[in-house]
Amino acid sequence: MLRFILYRLLQAIPVLLVVVTATFFLVRLAPGGPFSAEKAVPPEVLRALEARYHLDQPLSAQYLGYLGDLLHGDFGPSFRYPGRSVDEMIFSGLPTTAELGLYALLIALVLGTTAGVIAALRPNTAQDYLPMSAAMIGVCLPSFLLGPLLLLVFGVWLEWVPVSGWGNVPGDKILPALTLASGYTAYVARLSRGGMLEVMSQDYIRTARAKGLPEWVVVIKHGLRGGLIPVVAFAGPAFAGLLSGSFVVETIFQIPGLGRFYVQAAFNRDYTMIMGTTVFFAVLIVAFNLLADIAAVWLNPRLRHQYRKPAA
Amino acid sequence: MALLDVANLSVWFHTRNGVTKAVNDVSFSVDAGETLAIVGESGSGKSVCCYSLLGLVPMPPGRVEQGSAQFDGRDLLHLPPRALRALRGNQIATIFQDPMTCLNPYLTLGEQLMEPLLYHRNATRKEARAQALALLDEVGIVEAARRFDAYPHEFSGGMRQRVMIAMALIAEPKLLIADEPTTALDVTIQAQILRLIAELQARRNLAVILVSHDLAVVADIADNILVMKDGAVVESGAPQTLFARPQHPYTQRLLAASRRSPKSTPATKPQRETLIEVSALCTWFRTSDQRLVKAVDDVSLELYRNEILGVVGESGSGKSTLGRSLLQLVRPTSGSVRLRGQELTTLGARALRPLRRQMQMIFQDPYASLNPRMSVFDALAEPLLYHGLATRKTVTAQVLALMDDVGLAHNSIRKYPHEFSGGQRQRIAIGRAIATKPQVVIADEPVSALDVTIQAQILDLILELVARHNLSLVFISHDLSIVRYLCDRVLVLHHGKLIESGTTEQLWKHPREAYTRELLAAVPRLA
Repeated sequence: MLRFILYRLLQAIPVLLVVVTATFFLVRLAPGGPFSAEKAVPPEVLRALEARYHLDQPLSAQYLGYLGDLLHGDFGPSFRYPGRSVDEMIFSGLPTTAELGLYALLIALVLGTTAGVIAALRPNTAQDYLPMSAAMIGVCLPSFLLGPLLLLVFGVWLEWVPVSGWGNVPGDKILPALTLASGYTAYVARLSRGGMLEVMSQDYIRTARAKGLPEWVVVIKHGLRGGLIPVVAFAGPAFAGLLSGSFVVETIFQIPGLGRFYVQAAFNRDYTMIMGTTVFFAVLIVAFNLLADIAAVWLNPRLRHQYRKPAA
Repeated sequence: MALLDVANLSVWFHTRNGVTKAVNDVSFSVDAGETLAIVGESGSGKSVCCYSLLGLVPMPPGRVEQGSAQFDGRDLLHLPPRALRALRGNQIATIFQDPMTCLNPYLTLGEQLMEPLLYHRNATRKEARAQALALLDEVGIVEAARRFDAYPHEFSGGMRQRVMIAMALIAEPKLLIADEPTTALDVTIQAQILRLIAELQARRNLAVILVSHDLAVVADIADNILVMKDGAVVESGAPQTLFARPQHPYTQRLLAASRRSPKSTPATKPQRETLIEVSALCTWFRTSDQRLVKAVDDVSLELYRNEILGVVGESGSGKSTLGRSLLQLVRPTSGSVRLRGQELTTLGARALRPLRRQMQMIFQDPYASLNPRMSVFDALAEPLLYHGLATRKTVTAQVLALMDDVGLAHNSIRKYPHEFSGGQRQRIAIGRAIATKPQVVIADEPVSALDVTIQAQILDLILELVARHNLSLVFISHDLSIVRYLCDRVLVLHHGKLIESGTTEQLWKHPREAYTRELLAAVPRLA
């Protein structure tokens, strides 16, 4: 198992290097720079700024310098927010975004698998069509539509929950988490339905029934473990996606999270901020994919066995 | 009153394509200590018949149309689901065909074994474990305590079936339904498992329903035999009377298929021309966990013109790898394969291509080996056109001639594989193999996936084609009775090594090696 993890960690190095390199050169290819503004800056000030942030050096030197800093975990200073480092800003937004993402993931997993399993138990009946149609709508509805809709109904009309903010009033976290979770819930529902349908047609499920086990034992104990493997494999990338994709929801609900920095940095040509957030998200995606893979191996005794055995 | 009394049972499937009468007016009974065998081909309704008693037939589309099944004074067909569930795995237990797919790969064997006790008897885990260990011991699992927490994939097929049996018997059922319990197993393992079931039955006074496609398998152990075809019972009775005076033509055909006479080979063959010469052939693999598997290990053989050479062995003996290595479908690790003096192992893919025309292969599963998107015409015309044996103008006539050869009706030329039965599909596969007029055909278990009576037809077709086209055939099979019927000479493989070879008669009458004797003794036979 350790060998497997080490191997996958090694694989992550070239992936991250490609991400860093591509982002580094792509943002510099985009027209404009961090200090180009509508009101022209005096050339000597611009020169001083560029010298301050090493932008006057050749591109290759900038690139190598950035890589060097990165190895020390230093994303560099923000170009647009003087005096603040990118690290600082990422870690100020991260807790909020992580909390939001975690709630959304929990909602997606619990609601999604429940709906999927219920649908799979009676395929092609109303019990299947109802949750699956809802899931289809969930996939199709973009969060910039669903968010305001939920706000309108539960915030404005029914006045059950506050319309914005994060952690100020009890209940203000519900709508953002639901909005962010909707697409993922739908996807998890479809995955778990597919997985369960396949597993429930296996011979060993018939064996379990022939043993006279109660139906819930057949489903939960014998079916779920195999049926949810696709969901587990998806949960890792999904969580990374929730973290990096929360921008829209954070904007709608006025949440001080990470997503805002990410998008604003792109508008501002804040090179180090773009780089920092991109690399950070890349690391998250790689890490959560790895976690999901480890979980999938762990759930499958056959794979577990294979990785446990040392090379002969 | 017998333990189980089934009267006029009919189970039909109502689908979009109409009604299938899977089981139609079937009656039988079985008492404690008795064995009832239900024999029939795939689709004869023998399994549905058993599963409907347990409520394991999916409904819909299935529906019990009529009948009753009195078990211990209660009608199984009209019990509420909860009461029926309480009987399943408790009073009535089941063993299925393939222990590989029938055990849950995600749970330990011990856990699966204890379940009937935990849910039917409310036993504590400790009690259940003790009982399960004792039973594992009884079915012949050594070091049961150490292997209790193993997963199914860590066990061999025969061991898994032993666990399956233990799992069925753990709640002390009165009736055991065994659905093809040995079909997925090697012949020596099959003998062990059948013996085990018989022993356990005697010890516990069990009623057993044994479902099988093979009359020979059930001949020794059944008190009564029910022969089913197309959902109905065509004949039933005690084995002695049934075998002595089969009334129904279908029973007669089944019996004939199980009672093949051995092939008589002329004692002196006219001078033998060597077609393929193999010396010191090794084909080794590395598995994903870096274990070295010597699938074929130092095998030497000759194939003469116009002979049928049998290759027998159990699963994992390397017989399929040997076949593939001959054709260079798998590249051997070392050794030489010569086709009429021409060394094949050193030839590149391009140089081999013209020689492929002379060596063809027939695979076990004609459904998997035929491209589902190619019609019969496409499948048969492709090799002809590819090797330049036909032109666009002549190809249709040649394909039709081939279809005559293998006994396919001309009007099916535009049909696709899924529109044919298993036997017909194997005819297509055989037609494809002989299309290029090869000298050597390697047939890897060509009839194993087929029903007994269809097997007989395909074997006769193979014999006919070998004679008509002067073919040399390597016939790979685990079924020794078929090999005996078909082959002139036989090779016995065991763990990749060639154990013994000789003419078929020689081998059967005077097997030299202990393993060959064991193999021959394990073959079920009709009296």
